[in-house]
Parts: sequence; structure tokens; C-alpha cells
Amino acid sequence: MRIGVLGGGPAGLYFAMLMKKADPSHEVTVFERNPPDATFGWGVVFSEETLGSFRDADFETYTEITDTFARWGAIDVRYRGRTVRSRGHVFSAIARKRLLQILQDRCRRLGVGLVFHREVGDLSELGDVALIVAADGVNSLARRALAESLRPAEDVHRTKFVWFGTDLVFDAFTFIFRENDHGLFQVHAYPFDGETSTFIVECPEETWRRAGLEGATEEESIAYCEELFAEDLGGHSLMSNRSLWISFVTLRCDSWHQGNVVLLGDAAHTAHFTIGSGTKLAMEDAIALAQALQRQPDTARALIEYEMERQPIVERFQEAARESATYFENVRRYATFDPLQFTFNLLTRSGRITHLELQKRDPAFVNRVDGWFSAAARGEPSREVVVAPPPLLGPFVARGVDVTNRVALSPVGEDDSIDGSPGPALRKRLVRAGRAGPGLVVTELVAISAHGRVTPGTPGIWSDEQAWEWGEIVAAMREGSAARVALRLGHAGPHAATRPKWEGTGRPLREGGWPLVAASPVPYVSRSPVPEELAAEAMPQVIGDFVAAANRAAAAGFDLLHLDLAHGYLLASFLSPLTNRRSDEFGGSLEGRARFPLQVFEAVRDAWPEDRPLGVALLATDWAPRGFGIDEAVLLARWLRERGGDLVQPVGGQTTVRDNPPYGRFYLVPYSDRIRNEAGVPTLVGGNLTTSDEANTILAAGRADVCLLDPRLYDAAGSSDQAPRS
Amino acid sequence: MRVGVGLPNTVPGATGELLLAWAARADEGPFSSIGVLDRIAYDSHDPFVSLAAAAAVTSRVRLVTMVVVGPLRTAAILAKQAASVDALSGGRLVLGLSIGARREDYAVAGMEHRDRGDRLSDQLLAMRSYWEEGRTGPGGSRRGPPILVGGLSGQAFARMARWADGYVHGGGPPRAFAGAASKAWSAWTDIGRPGRPQMWGQGYFALGEGSIDDGARYLRDYYAFTGPFAEKIAAANLTTAQAVKEFVRGYEEAGCDELVLLPTVADLAQYSRLADVLS
Repeated sequence: MRIGVLGGGPAGLYFAMLMKKADPSHEVTVFERNPPDATFGWGVVFSEETLGSFRDADFETYTEITDTFARWGAIDVRYRGRTVRSRGHVFSAIARKRLLQILQDRCRRLGVGLVFHREVGDLSELGDVALIVAADGVNSLARRALAESLRPAEDVHRTKFVWFGTDLVFDAFTFIFRENDHGLFQVHAYPFDGETSTFIVECPEETWRRAGLEGATEEESIAYCEELFAEDLGGHSLMSNRSLWISFVTLRCDSWHQGNVVLLGDAAHTAHFTIGSGTKLAMEDAIALAQALQRQPDTARALIEYEMERQPIVERFQEAARESATYFENVRRYATFDPLQFTFNLLTRSGRITHLELQKRDPAFVNRVDGWFSAAARGEPSREVVVAPPPLLGPFVARGVDVTNRVALSPVGEDDSIDGSPGPALRKRLVRAGRAGPGLVVTELVAISAHGRVTPGTPGIWSDEQAWEWGEIVAAMREGSAARVALRLGHAGPHAATRPKWEGTGRPLREGGWPLVAASPVPYVSRSPVPEELAAEAMPQVIGDFVAAANRAAAAGFDLLHLDLAHGYLLASFLSPLTNRRSDEFGGSLEGRARFPLQVFEAVRDAWPEDRPLGVALLATDWAPRGFGIDEAVLLARWLRERGGDLVQPVGGQTTVRDNPPYGRFYLVPYSDRIRNEAGVPTLVGGNLTTSDEANTILAAGRADVCLLDPRLYDAAGSSDQAPRS
Repeated sequence: MRVGVGLPNTVPGATGELLLAWAARADEGPFSSIGVLDRIAYDSHDPFVSLAAAAAVTSRVRLVTMVVVGPLRTAAILAKQAASVDALSGGRLVLGLSIGARREDYAVAGMEHRDRGDRLSDQLLAMRSYWEEGRTGPGGSRRGPPILVGGLSGQAFARMARWADGYVHGGGPPRAFAGAASKAWSAWTDIGRPGRPQMWGQGYFALGEGSIDDGARYLRDYYAFTGPFAEKIAAANLTTAQAVKEFVRGYEEAGCDELVLLPTVADLAQYSRLADVLS
């Protein structure tokens, strides 16, 4: 087979070498526009797993590559004048230049044609070849030529970075954070041979402008960074190699091949450098493509198999890289973190490394983090301990209430209350949840009034009889369980008077309905009755109902009151511009839309005992265009904290049925992270959290304070197989 | 996990005779359900009519649409067709719905492509009302058949959790199903529905020498509208007994309740080969 390879980088050379090695009758030629000894960038990093693939693919180059490797096992994080080291991470790196030499030599020995100084301007220049492999980098000619069928999409990141070298040899993968008058800068540095390290500097675009780096020459940039990182460099200097400030571009393509042209490495995909996997992915691509072509005599079929094998793997890396890049873009949010927690948060940023995985790599480090966490949770200074409890077993203290661990459970409501009286089935669910071992049990929605129920089966707390029954439930829950009990209190607003949720949501009652109220006459579902606008004169009555309910909840013995400002209910209907169309003082700006919910909150805070915490289920986003968003939620969370709010639970959507929720792994955690670390209020987070490892990771990283685990975690056996069919 | 088999109602060349023979065989065989697909602008049999015919020659298997493109019909017609098949089959229909992916079907059917998601949402509520109020008949079940909703957007998962009884996945490796099923679960919990959603999956097969190319040709044609992706769907066709077994095992591990394997070649021998692999 005649094969033309565009681009003499690691992926192109490795592929050419593997093909020629597999069958010397293949005629393989690599076209590279630069001279053989030109290279940009400094060192490249490989994982153990990648090295294993190299060993299997070509032992000769594997030996040469690993011979010149820099290997280390530590990650250092320098932050607020302290260096925290975590061990057990196996990295290997090599000078990019050395890697290219090894691959070029091997190609020559095998008889691969290497053509340097050859800029290919058009694919037809390659003549009569059976296969064109485009390993020509992020600006790939082939990809641009075939853009219509490959459908590339580019996503430009918001930060600026520059790739320097230094003659300082680090002994760890080192993250450095330094702040000056212009802003916060971070460095990713790692050694790659006995004399040199890669030193990447990154900062937000605004910081870069303020620092005057926009028009700076390479020398000026070096001078600036050498001064900023003088302490870290310890007299060593930075070196440039076409080191220009650029924005990273994440590239994705629907397809990686068209006809007999196939893309490899950066030509097909990029993943943000903060997870350092560009060269690794490119060379793994080369192996997969060479193997597919050897396995599959039909070239067209081989290209499909290559793509099907590699695309999902690359997508997972791109997802992790996106998480990692987002972390670095927002790292200022964690400026008040203890260096230990800061380091744990950094190490777990991409979702690939969890508490459990870190524990395997460096048990001592995780023990330190856990020890710090449980001491901090008790408000005590950190001290050395032999074995620290995992974060989810640490206590959570709010006002006078000590929650023994950081797991919360909230059994799903089954609409089985009658006339608001909670009833035996609900009691059984709550007692069972409490005995499952959480620190906190949160009830389903409890209505402040009969009209505030979602369905006729929603429990309530508007009468003394109901309050008495709740008191019995709380007392029953205290037996055999240390769990604290929270009552979620609210008014269904536009969601009221619907059928039991067994039949779906938002379906109006056929008979026995009642009038709905909301911020504005906007129905939840097109077929719902239109709610009446809650008149300003009627507000004191609603506030009075909330206060009376809070008093009854206090008397019933609840430890925590959780006020519902979410789920599309009455108070949330004021918050969202999609459901609040008022022109009076209760609409318009966020101040206006938040006015009534805050009045309710303040009245409830006054009524609720001073020594018991008051939480809020808070609308965090409508997940809909022109709706309520996280920026507003952060502001509101701050106002709630200032008014005595103790715990905020971000909840998304359900304002409109036209929402688009990003269901998936940890989908509410980013909202919790922002609210906790920008509004400075403890958070409770749920949303598809199903394992203790997930909870430990989120808690230790400071993304939330209490985790609401998915009920299916303990309820798998307790649910029926199929919705009833009559 | 239960395993069902598709009728080749959208495989060109499938005769009425073949569909009936296929359905009758499936009723005896190891399968729990028979599934149909829905295309307008394609050489294919109507899904509801096919299932009505299948109902006449079967008594055991459930009849499932995997899926019917809801907004290609009005809510009343959809409600009437579904209720009729359900009544004719003695309550064996499972109604899988989604917005579909092909503009061409909307154009040929003369239905708006815009707002199809909102229309499907509304259909889910409207159909239940029609059935409950007995407005479109036929009499019988007031609740109507169980409804599954498919799709991969957040809107689709939320729609499923709000108004359907379960989720129907559109095909792919077990890993893709597991990802979608996890999202379906979290939507269900997020909406606050009690119980759990039923999880249905699907996959294509072509078994036996000589049928691999026919199967691939059909899939490339059927999915031509996806551009380069059609090749990958064709390449993922299950063409060996081992591939089928591995696929079934993968879906079971991923938490699928019922997996329907869809034929890509209109030949009764395909049915027999699949039954042999699975029995």
C-alpha cells in the first residue's frame, strides 16, 4: 500500500514506523514542512498506561524512549506560601526533540521516506496514494479541506498561556499560584530530562492585559514571568522557543475520516493542556489506526473501526480536560481554602481522580486531608492522627445543631397523605430513611396550607392535629437513629392541585381541584389552570401561614427547617423572570423578584428558634433561555446568608416544562460549588450522587458541605417494578 | 432482563406475509415482545397497522413501538391508533415515542418540524385526557398503554420523567445505554416521581453468511441522513452469535429491563438464527 503521511510530529512518525514495520512492502512517506531538528514546545508527559501500549506496539523505540525518560511520582502545589506534596502519581516525560529523533531514526532504519522542508498545499500533491494520514496538527490542511464532511467545531478558551522552558529541574509535577497587582497567575511545570523543565504560565485574559503582556515581545514576557516567579525559579532562567501567548482551542470533529483521508492526533481533536494528554492521545491514535489497518483488509472498514475505537476515549479525555480547564479559569473562587483542601480540590478537578483513587496513590496524603477535614468540621485545629474518618463521616454543625455525618437522605414522596395529615406510610418511609444511617433526613414537601399542596396526597402542617402527628413521627425517628430531621416547607403555587405523581407531573386534577396562586398568571403546563396573581394584600396571609407552619414545626421537634424557594413552587415563581411578569415592587429586577421570598424568609427566621438552623432549597437555574441563572442565585444566596440562612441547597428547573436540564454525573455540583465558595454559605447538594466515594470527593474538595444521596442507593429493593396499570 | 425481537417493518422488501409469519413465530419463541420502527418517507409498513396485524396472529408477546415519531401525527390520531392496537391486542401495547431525527418525514407528512418537542410534550398529556375521557375510544382501558419516551437531550429526559412510564434508548453500545439510563434515573428523581422508570434498549442484528453486507447496506441507507455516522451504525451491526450474546450481557449489566433486537435483513431465517442464539 502507498501511504502518504502529512506531518512529522510524534503521531505521524509513529504511525509511519508501525506500518512499515508491519509490512515492509508498504510504501510510506512522511511530509514535514520544518527541518528534522526543529521542534516547538519542550517536554511531553506519558502515563504508565501509554507506556504499556508503546511497549506492545514497538519494543525497540519503547526501550529508547524509556531510557531517556524523566520519571517522578509527586505533585507539588505551591499556594499561599506553602507547598503541599502528594505522592504516588506516576509520570514520565521526555524532551519532544529527543522523542522525534528516536522516531525519525527508527523510521529511517525501517525505510520510511522522510521528506522535510516540504509544505503540502493541496492533498492532490501526494499523487497516487491509497491512504492519506493527516497528522498535521491543530491547523490541519486536510481537515480544513474536508471540513464539510468532517464537521469540525472549535471552542476557544478564555485564558492565555505561554509555553516556556527552564533550566531549573523540578522534582515533581509542580503547580504554582502567584498573585500580583495584575491578578492571579498559575504555572504547570514538570521536568523532562536531566537539565530542563517545561514551565507553562497561564492567566485570565483580563490579567494578561493588565500586565501589559498583550503587546509584549518574548523577552519582555520572560522578564515579567521571571520576576513574578523569582522565588520559585531560585535564580534559574526561563527560555523561549517561539513562546507566544495564545488561547487554547478545543477541537472536535464529527468524523475523523473521509474517503481515503484520515485524521490523527491534534488534527482531529485537542484536549486542554492542563491534563497533559495531547501527545499521548495522538500516539495512541497512531497505534489504533495501524492496528486497524493490519487487522482489516478493507481500508474503508479499518478507518471506521479506528474511529469507533478512539472517538469515545478521546471524548472522555476532552470532558475531563474541560472540567480541568474550568477549574483553572475559576481558581480564584478557592482563594480562602486551606492549602490542604486547595490541593485536594486541584487534584480531583477533572473528575478522573476521586478520594478513593487518591487514597490508593497516597494514603498518607488523604489521611492528612481527612484529618484536617474532620478537625475543621469540629472547629478544632488540625493535628496528626493515625486514621481519620472519611469526610462523609465528619460532623456538620449549624447553630446549636450537631449533625453527626454529612449524608442526607430525602425519601421520594408518594402522595399518600390524606387531608394533609402525614399518615403511616410517610412515617414508615422517614423512619426507614433515618435508620439507614444518614446525618440528616429531609422530608418531602410539606405544605403551609391546603391550597399549597401539590396533590391531594401532599402532607401539610397547617393544623394542630398535623403538627401533633409530625411530633410523633420525629419522636419515632429518634429511636434507633441519630439522624437530624429537617422539614421542607413550602407552597406549591403554580404546581398546586395536580394529580398524584404516579401519573406524571403537572396533570391537573379532574375534580376536587382548588384555585392556584403564583407571582403572575403563568401556568406550569399549557393544560394547567391559570394561577391567579398573588395580590400584595394577600401576601401577609401567606407569610402568616409560613410563620404558623414554622412554629408548628418547631413544636413538633424538627431540628432544621428547609424553606422551599425552588421546584417551580410559589416562592420560586417570584424569583424566575419566566414566571414573574409583575410590574409592582415584587417584580422586575432581582431585588424586586426576591422581595417577597425574602420577606417570607425573614418572617420564618424570626419565628424559627434562634438555636436551630434554617436552610433553603434555592432555585439555582431555570435551565431555560432568559430564565433565572446561577449569577442571580449566588447573589440571592448571599442575601439569605446575611439574613440568617444556614444551608443552601441548589435546585434546578421545574419553572417551565421547556427546560433543558443537563442530567448526568454531578449535575448540580457546579452550582453548589459556586454558591458555597462565592456566597460563603454552606451547601447541601444532591442530583445523581450514588456512592460514598463521590460524596467524599465533593466534601473534601469543598464543593459542598452535606451530600444528599440519591434515594435509589438504599431504596433499590423498596420500589415496585412498574407503574400501576388499571 | 427480557429480550424482544423487531419486526422488519422498515426493511425494504419485507412483505406483509413475512411480517405476519415473523410475528407468529415470535409469539412461540424465546422473545417477550415484538418491536416496530416508524418512517414516513421510506419504503416501510406503518407501525400501528403492522402491530394491529401482529396482534391478530399473537397472544402472548407485548407489542412495542421503538419508536413512533409522535409529532408526525396529531395527538388525537395518535391516541386513537395506540388505543386501538392496545384494545385489539388485549392490552399488550407499549407505546414508545420520540421526536425523531429526520426532517424529511415531517416534510412528507406535512407536519411542522419546528416546536416538535413542545408538541410531543403536549401529546403526552393530551392522549391521557382523550383516553381517560373516552373521547376518541375505543372503550376499555382508561389509562391507556404504558408510554416510553426516547431522546438524548435534557429536554427529552425531563419529558420522559414528567409524563412517561419509562425510557427507550435509541441504540448504541452498552456503555452508551448505561450513560443514558443514568440520566433517565436522575431526571426521574429530580422530578420527584415515585417508583422507577422502565428502561428499554435496542440493537440491530444480521446473522448468517451473506447477510452481513445486506444488513450494512440497509443501515447505511436508513441512516444516510446522519452523514458519516451511518457508517458507524452499520459497522456496529451485530453479525455473530458472540457479538449478540456480548451485547445482551452488556445491556443486562447496564440495567436494561427489556432489550429489543431489530432485524436488518427481511428474511425469516434471520428470526430463526436469532432465536437459536438466544435460546
